[in-house]
Amino acid sequence: MSAELLAPLPDVGGPAQPLLEIRNLTKHFPIKGGMLNRTVARVNAVDGVTFDVAKGETLGIVGESGCGKSTTARLLIRLIEPDQGEVRFDGQTVGTDISVAELRRGVQMVFQDSFASLNPRLTIEDSIAFGPRVRGVANTDAVNKAHDLLRRVGMAPEQYARRYPHELSGGQRQRVNIARALALAPRLLILDEPVSALDKSVEAQVLNLLVDLKASLGLTYIFVSHDLNVVQYISDRVLVMYLGRVAEIGPVESIYTDARHPYTRALLSAMPSMDPDRRTQEAPIAGDPPNPINPPSGCLFHTRCPFAEAVCKTTAPALAPVGESHNAACHMEIAGSGHSRAARA
Amino acid sequence: MVSLAEPVPLIIAPSRGYWASVGQRLLRDKVTMVCVVILLTIILAAIFAPYLGLADPYRGSIIRRLRPIGTPGYLLGTDEQGRDMLARLIYGGRLSLFIGLLPVFNAFVIGSLLGITAGFVGGKVNAAIMRTSDVFLAFPSVLLAVAISGALGAGILNSIVSLTIVFVPPIARIAESVTTQVRSLDFVDAARASGASSWTIIRVHILNNVLGPIFVYATSLISVSMILGAGLSFLGLGTKPPEPEWGLMLNTLRTAIYVQPWIAALPGAMIFMVSIGFNLVSDGLRSAMDVRR
Repeated sequence: MSAELLAPLPDVGGPAQPLLEIRNLTKHFPIKGGMLNRTVARVNAVDGVTFDVAKGETLGIVGESGCGKSTTARLLIRLIEPDQGEVRFDGQTVGTDISVAELRRGVQMVFQDSFASLNPRLTIEDSIAFGPRVRGVANTDAVNKAHDLLRRVGMAPEQYARRYPHELSGGQRQRVNIARALALAPRLLILDEPVSALDKSVEAQVLNLLVDLKASLGLTYIFVSHDLNVVQYISDRVLVMYLGRVAEIGPVESIYTDARHPYTRALLSAMPSMDPDRRTQEAPIAGDPPNPINPPSGCLFHTRCPFAEAVCKTTAPALAPVGESHNAACHMEIAGSGHSRAARA
Repeated sequence: MVSLAEPVPLIIAPSRGYWASVGQRLLRDKVTMVCVVILLTIILAAIFAPYLGLADPYRGSIIRRLRPIGTPGYLLGTDEQGRDMLARLIYGGRLSLFIGLLPVFNAFVIGSLLGITAGFVGGKVNAAIMRTSDVFLAFPSVLLAVAISGALGAGILNSIVSLTIVFVPPIARIAESVTTQVRSLDFVDAARASGASSWTIIRVHILNNVLGPIFVYATSLISVSMILGAGLSFLGLGTKPPEPEWGLMLNTLRTAIYVQPWIAALPGAMIFMVSIGFNLVSDGLRSAMDVRR
């Protein structure tokens, strides 16, 4: 039976082994120009990003536009080749222990633009069945699988399977995209702003669908978004990115109630409060993010940080523990860093 | 009694395929349909010319030269050697249409191959293919056709080869730009992420999105090809007398323009009709395929 080609992947390392370990992931995009098409500058899209994703959790990645969230997502599934860094999937290093093709069997991605991510000339059934067919599943099995998945994402196959993407609404298309990502029975789903293009009511439906799927299929999510409310709703842990680096990472409650990095606090204070007794008091963060082509020295945030001091301009802060599995890259949190607000060493 | 709680069965017409809906839009487009009918008539007449009971297009008559249009027995008159114009125009369609269609078809195959390769692979391969085609695009197409044809020597085959070479670069350029556009869409990334090989991605995801626009552009080149082919024949680089071919006929009848201007204009009228027909059909195809969603 060809359907067995897509049997669930085995759990290699046990529950304590993180599903994904990212070490020092780096991607600098060269900017070519001039007469001879030389590299005149580099965009530090992702700069030494390190984090783990535990089995069964949802890791939210937040940050402003252009902070490297989507590049990180694409690096993880090797749609972009990283310049440096290591990705380990369930303890197996990608490139040495397992191939990129094997990684893509275990990790799949849902893209933001629900229309651009479906081939307009294929029926949605064919779009979903494409992955299994490529992996050698027989045609009828692949179609049956596609119908099963359509049912799972709440779309009746007898009604929708033979339809084309332009005949569906944005929410339906995103459901199809989720079904397509699930077609290879992955263990980790990278969701790159999956609900950002949807209106609020549809967004809620798709989010609930994602929560249900995760529970029933035992999935792990990386949820990339700029919407802090959505991330708070869906995530177990949150990673805050700024200009291609990790600013802060920690459990969702401690990030949302006890953020330690001034950038995270600024982001959260920009979130409209639902409670009139807890109005936003702080001034919003000033200015635009610096140009990633010529990033500032030291801490990348010092140009906008109200607490910036001399040390921030010279030394880049490392991620330091500030609480239970909560880390922040800020000199104010590093004892003996030289910052006036930091504890003495 | 129908209970309100009973679910109403949803009856939804099965969706037509993309090409079925394009076909339906084309059927509604009157200008295109008129052109299709005219072109089909001319093409079918040319193909089935021997069965139409026409006069021999090669047999001349010294005493019946340059008879005017409407002469009994010669519906469209006779040419400078007394040959029946109607028969020559219909038989002439065979070569002229052949010269119009074959180079464009060849160029469609070769140009799409090059352009899709350049667009999909990118980088140095793209630069090599596209810069080479830029060299050809730098020449005016008439000059290029004449130059290549002149270098290869006269003859139908050589003029088809030279016209093919003329049309490959523009088709490759269109193919490259469409492919580059489609390649950057997320569904290609999604296909890569599901582990498909480049060849499978091109076959399943690229081709069906790029061939349509390339095809439309190629149809618009048919008229150019016919005119260039006629031009080559006119210059003596294509067909040779006494073969009936519209461009060549235009050339040989040119001396008769003061005696029988209407007869001299007939081959030109055919070229005009067919080329404008192909152009309008190509326009119609483009708007029928352009679905704004």
